Amino acid sequence: MAGEPLLRVEDLRLHYRSGNGVVRALDGVSFDVRRNEALVVLGESGCGKSTLAKALMRLLPRNVQHFSGSLLVDGVETMDYPEERFRREVRWVRISMVMQAAMNALNPVIRVGEQVAEPLRVHRGWSARRARERTAEVFGLVGISADFLQRYPFELSGGMRQRAVLAMALVTEPDLVIMDEPTSALDVLTQAGIMNALKRIKQELGTSFILITHDVSTSSEIAERVALMYAGQLVEFADARDFFREPAHPYSKLLMASVPRLHQKETPVHIPGQPPNLLNPPEGCRFAERCPSRFDRCDRDPETFRIGERRTVRCWLHAPGARP
Amino acid sequence: MNAPARDARRSAAGPVLSARDLHTWFELRQWGFLRVGSVRAVDGVNFELQAGEAVAFVGESGCGKSSLARTLLGLHQPTRGEVVFEGRSLGTLNATERKAYLARVGFVQQDPYGALPPFMDVRRILHEPLIVHGVRNRAEREQRAREALEEVRLSPPDDFLSKFPHMLSGGQQQRVVIARALILRPAMIIADEPVSMLDASVRVEILQLLRNIQTEHGLTLAFITHDLSTVRHFAERIFVMYAGRIVEQAEVNELLNHPQHPYTQALLAAISDPDPDNALHLREVPPGEPPSLLKPPAGCRFHPRCNRMIAGTCDRDDPPDFETRNGHLTACWLYR
Ligand SMILES: Nc1ncnc2c1ncn2[C@@H]1O[C@H](COP(=O)(O)OP(=O)(O)O)[C@@H](O)[C@H]1O
Ligand SMILES: Nc1ncnc2c1ncn2[C@@H]1O[C@H](COP(=O)(O)OP(=O)(O)O)[C@@H](O)[C@H]1O
Ligand code: SF4
Ligand code: SF4
Ligand SMILES: [Mg+2]
Ligand SMILES: [Mg+2]
Repeated sequence: MAGEPLLRVEDLRLHYRSGNGVVRALDGVSFDVRRNEALVVLGESGCGKSTLAKALMRLLPRNVQHFSGSLLVDGVETMDYPEERFRREVRWVRISMVMQAAMNALNPVIRVGEQVAEPLRVHRGWSARRARERTAEVFGLVGISADFLQRYPFELSGGMRQRAVLAMALVTEPDLVIMDEPTSALDVLTQAGIMNALKRIKQELGTSFILITHDVSTSSEIAERVALMYAGQLVEFADARDFFREPAHPYSKLLMASVPRLHQKETPVHIPGQPPNLLNPPEGCRFAERCPSRFDRCDRDPETFRIGERRTVRCWLHAPGARP
Repeated sequence: MNAPARDARRSAAGPVLSARDLHTWFELRQWGFLRVGSVRAVDGVNFELQAGEAVAFVGESGCGKSSLARTLLGLHQPTRGEVVFEGRSLGTLNATERKAYLARVGFVQQDPYGALPPFMDVRRILHEPLIVHGVRNRAEREQRAREALEEVRLSPPDDFLSKFPHMLSGGQQQRVVIARALILRPAMIIADEPVSMLDASVRVEILQLLRNIQTEHGLTLAFITHDLSTVRHFAERIFVMYAGRIVEQAEVNELLNHPQHPYTQALLAAISDPDPDNALHLREVPPGEPPSLLKPPAGCRFHPRCNRMIAGTCDRDDPPDFETRNGHLTACWLYR
């Protein structure tokens, strides 16, 4: 459909049941991803990034207490699809995912090539030969020599295993690939090599990416838009250029000042305090306890305000006519 | 401390710790007895640390950083060469002297949770080294445990003394590990990737803490990391390691502003600062991966990946250290 983004998410919520009550891990998140666009989802650990990924793929653990919102693919609502239809038409078909730490979850006793071909064999029912040919092609795309098809995971370095799980996500030619912390455990040169591979794939295949990470610097290698999460919510959603150069939300500003930079004289400044517990998040702004700009309105949950054409910020400072 | 004061102290005191031609090889066996070869984890390392300075060892995983740290601590016996602390070679120390050495050098390891015994509360974790090192008076031990907790900003100490490791956040656990490393009032701290297992948001805080403690007490700090983007703020000198060797060493700003070794240059070029323009181009990354330490390449170990390799030299002869600028040492034939 012309003009519709590839993916549009409205007010997505996913809460877990736990021994101590309800964990509101994802609590009203809205954003969109366009074709051939790279969206980066940033946030410190525990803010709900992996939960967002699971919600988009509808790969839900058993203890889900609440799951709601809207998930439009090419403008078509998929939330009301029964599981069978979602699996047939969306998951691994339109949207695929590299899970957090997936590179360490490869099966040690199965050859890498076979594991990467699995989605084709299982979901598409392809013959072994056809699947093998396609797998070799995707290996080339992610920068692994075809010799590695026959190897076992332990024979591959960390960087090669990460490329292999990326190949697995790409093998079915999805429109969108979600990657949850794909390079966090890797060395800088390995990281840079993988980011190069992502950029190339994006350009050659026109794939869209959602890259989830807490690493602001590495994310800038691919980001066209940035969604910053805090305590289960989106606090800022903006073009990467605007976000990195002029962050708007108070948390975004502190986050950018806390990033170590190679050629910066000043020591990076850490953000004091801790994010709130998602079992019982505060009534008002969830960032209030750590916010240097807090004012009286902040006792109430902030609305999401639009700044200009292309940016939204969940903070009372940006309410029309606000003056703290 | 300003530079002249530091230099004055340096020349007066001489090096606290030096590594001379240090080699730590691990024998690799198949089925427990067939000798396959040796992993040359540390393979000819030389350096001197001056009293009161903070240095960083930087290198990718598997280049031998932890093996070096453990050798410096006397936990691995060097295959060749020696570690000299305050003028004495570790190899010549008897059991009592070794124990005294371990009291002089505190160790902070990578994984705080793995470093802390899960069945001990913080009080016991901090009392234990004092007991081992003969502090019999319980009140004195308690006093020192409290001081150490204050020092790492776990305060008030009463909130933490009876906690078990699993009740603490990763950052708090690492503070306890640092408190334990400090409790015997060491002259030196060796910290092996002290923040790599922690969330990005608490890393800077912990590094800052270590650095403050180091300057306040005039400790020598050897800080091991794979993250070059933070070293400027937490170390004065840098040693760059590749495949079991130190390939470049210099004062921190000198090294970051004028990297000489092609490997160091590649590392620095791969680091991104958060700039939206990064997305517009590919980064230059040397091909391939670090070599196996079982059979490292002949000559310069970086030669199979180096785009400035001099055929007939780099692939045959080991480059020695060349002084490329003042005090800046680079093991690369380009500077012959
Ligand atoms: N299956 C689950 N059951 C209960 N709580 C969970 C579950 N998965 C995650 N959580 C909690 O939800 C919150 C968000 O977790 P997660 O989405 O993993 O965050 P992130 O990926 O940003 O680190 C955390 O408080 C986490 O403990
Ligand atoms: N106790 C050991 N026995 C055998 N090999 C080891 C041992 N410790 C480390 N190694 C090997 O030595 C090399 C260097 O490892 P390490 O010192 O841990 O590097 P780093 O800390 O830089 O990641 C690796 O190849 C590793 O597998
Ligand atoms: S709403 Fe208030 S407390 Fe929250 S980020 Fe904005 S100014 Fe700070
Ligand atoms: S010695 Fe030769 S191969 Fe090694 S880094 Fe220098 S130029 Fe490259
Ligand atoms: Mg996660
Ligand atoms: Mg190590």
